[in-house]
Amino acid sequence: MLKISNISKTFNPQTVNAKLALDDLSLTVNDGDFITIIGANGAGKSTLFNAIAGSFYTDSGRIVLNDTDITLMPEHERASMIGRLFQDPMRGTAAGMTIEENLTLAAGGTGWFGQINRSKKKEFKEILSRLNMGLEDRMKQPMGLLSGGQRQAVTLLMATINPPDLLLLDEHTAALDPAAAANVLEITEDIVARDKLTCLMITHNMQSALKQGNRTIMMDRGRIILDVSGSERDAMTVEDLLEKFKEISGRDLDNDRMLLTK
Amino acid sequence: MNLADMGPLLQTALELGLFGSLTVLALYLSYTMLNVCDLSTDGCFTMGACVGAAVAISGHPFLSIIAAMLAGVISGFIVAFLQTKMGIESLLAGIIVNTAWYSVNVAIMGNKSLLNMNKTATVFTLLKEKLQGTAFAGQYKLIIAFLAVAIVVLFLSFFLKTRLGLAIRATGNNPDMVRSSSINPAFTTIVGLCVANAFTGLSGCLMAQSQKSVNIDIGQGMVTVALASLLIGQVMFVKGGITVKAIGAVVGAFIFRLVYTIALRFNMPAYMLKLVSAVIVIIAISGPYFKKKIPLAVRKHNLKKINRKEDANA
Repeated sequence: MLKISNISKTFNPQTVNAKLALDDLSLTVNDGDFITIIGANGAGKSTLFNAIAGSFYTDSGRIVLNDTDITLMPEHERASMIGRLFQDPMRGTAAGMTIEENLTLAAGGTGWFGQINRSKKKEFKEILSRLNMGLEDRMKQPMGLLSGGQRQAVTLLMATINPPDLLLLDEHTAALDPAAAANVLEITEDIVARDKLTCLMITHNMQSALKQGNRTIMMDRGRIILDVSGSERDAMTVEDLLEKFKEISGRDLDNDRMLLTK
Repeated sequence: MNLADMGPLLQTALELGLFGSLTVLALYLSYTMLNVCDLSTDGCFTMGACVGAAVAISGHPFLSIIAAMLAGVISGFIVAFLQTKMGIESLLAGIIVNTAWYSVNVAIMGNKSLLNMNKTATVFTLLKEKLQGTAFAGQYKLIIAFLAVAIVVLFLSFFLKTRLGLAIRATGNNPDMVRSSSINPAFTTIVGLCVANAFTGLSGCLMAQSQKSVNIDIGQGMVTVALASLLIGQVMFVKGGITVKAIGAVVGAFIFRLVYTIALRFNMPAYMLKLVSAVIVIIAISGPYFKKKIPLAVRKHNLKKINRKEDANA
């Protein structure tokens, strides 16, 4: 369970550019929740992820993940509990290293001086073959030769090779072409369902925000303005969401990409 | 120059190239893998030479080599600590340590800027005695140099495939990814620089002991010379895994020394070494940059011509 209580973050404090990116935000994520997050540009969606993953420390508040207080835990230490994917497929993997080397680094369990062994190789081959991308025969090729969709799929494997307590997906299909995006999304759903992962996914696609997962959150100006699940969510349409946004925030949703893909 | 000269010439180049290649292998780890340009290399090289000489003179030929490598580890640790834990820019950290080591190195040599090892027992003199009268009598330097390089290359090809080695390689490639593998990039940078500078210290120690003297200036410009060698090797060995590239670094060091030694025979003054290495580094690094610029320049030129023609017609 992830319990976020009253976190705030101001960027460039005490300057003219000061921006309150997270405003006294609280959120409880139950085990097994698959929450989709939507909101206008600059609403604080990615900032929320950065706060959870530890890219920066929040100015105030607490973050507790499965009874561990991670509020001031360094990013690399939290990483053993939190898997994360970015929009940019390049960010999750080391381009100059081979697929198998990338997976070895993510998998761990070999100790500092352990090397890739046959059983690990077999395991990697098996999980790669589940992607249906033919990557199991290219394990010795550098990551940099792969397409964006393939890299993102491998990043997903790396993030979930040791099932994390929490998986953060930050528009991880937005930079891919539609076919690759659909494919990666399908793989994501498979893995999340198989390992019963607790997952937060930012998306700009309102249709899929309502379709995927079991709960939807809408953010605006660093706060959560809507949190729906269950039958209320099942009955919702994209138009309802837009209407709700206008009703609560007092203005139209101004995310072009979001409107184009509704 | 006649052909009879070539034998000793080649041997000198090979010896110097192999001793220097240990520093090149250090940069292969820090510059190529970690993406850190370690400017403390000069000072660390000299420190290896000074510590090695001081310990050898006090009567411990084998311990001197270990001591020199240990000095390198400490030097690397301090540089890495400054840049990962004390918020000092990586280049600046190297320069600061390099400056500090001048004083430290003079102190190690006992307030002298020159140490003589003419009557000192070193691994070289020991092997020379052992080989007296055999067919390899003249090759004692070469044998030690080759052994040292072989051990370091073998170590690197093993080390860089371990999880720690992979993490070090990934640190230069994508530190975000290292962090998301629950590894602290600061830690991998520290380990990487410690290992790299152990090689630099070894390089300085062997170089000094083979020529039986240490001068406080022995390491000056070493980082540029080593970088030039590294880049020559990288151009020659574009394909291949990490072991092949490591061997490439050694070959690069040899070729650099060979060209330099031949140039000396053609009466190029010895002081030109540093300038030549600087020019090689400039060409090797800016080459790919200009290669990208040339097609654009050609296109610009052609467009200008077309525009001028159209203006004339109008």
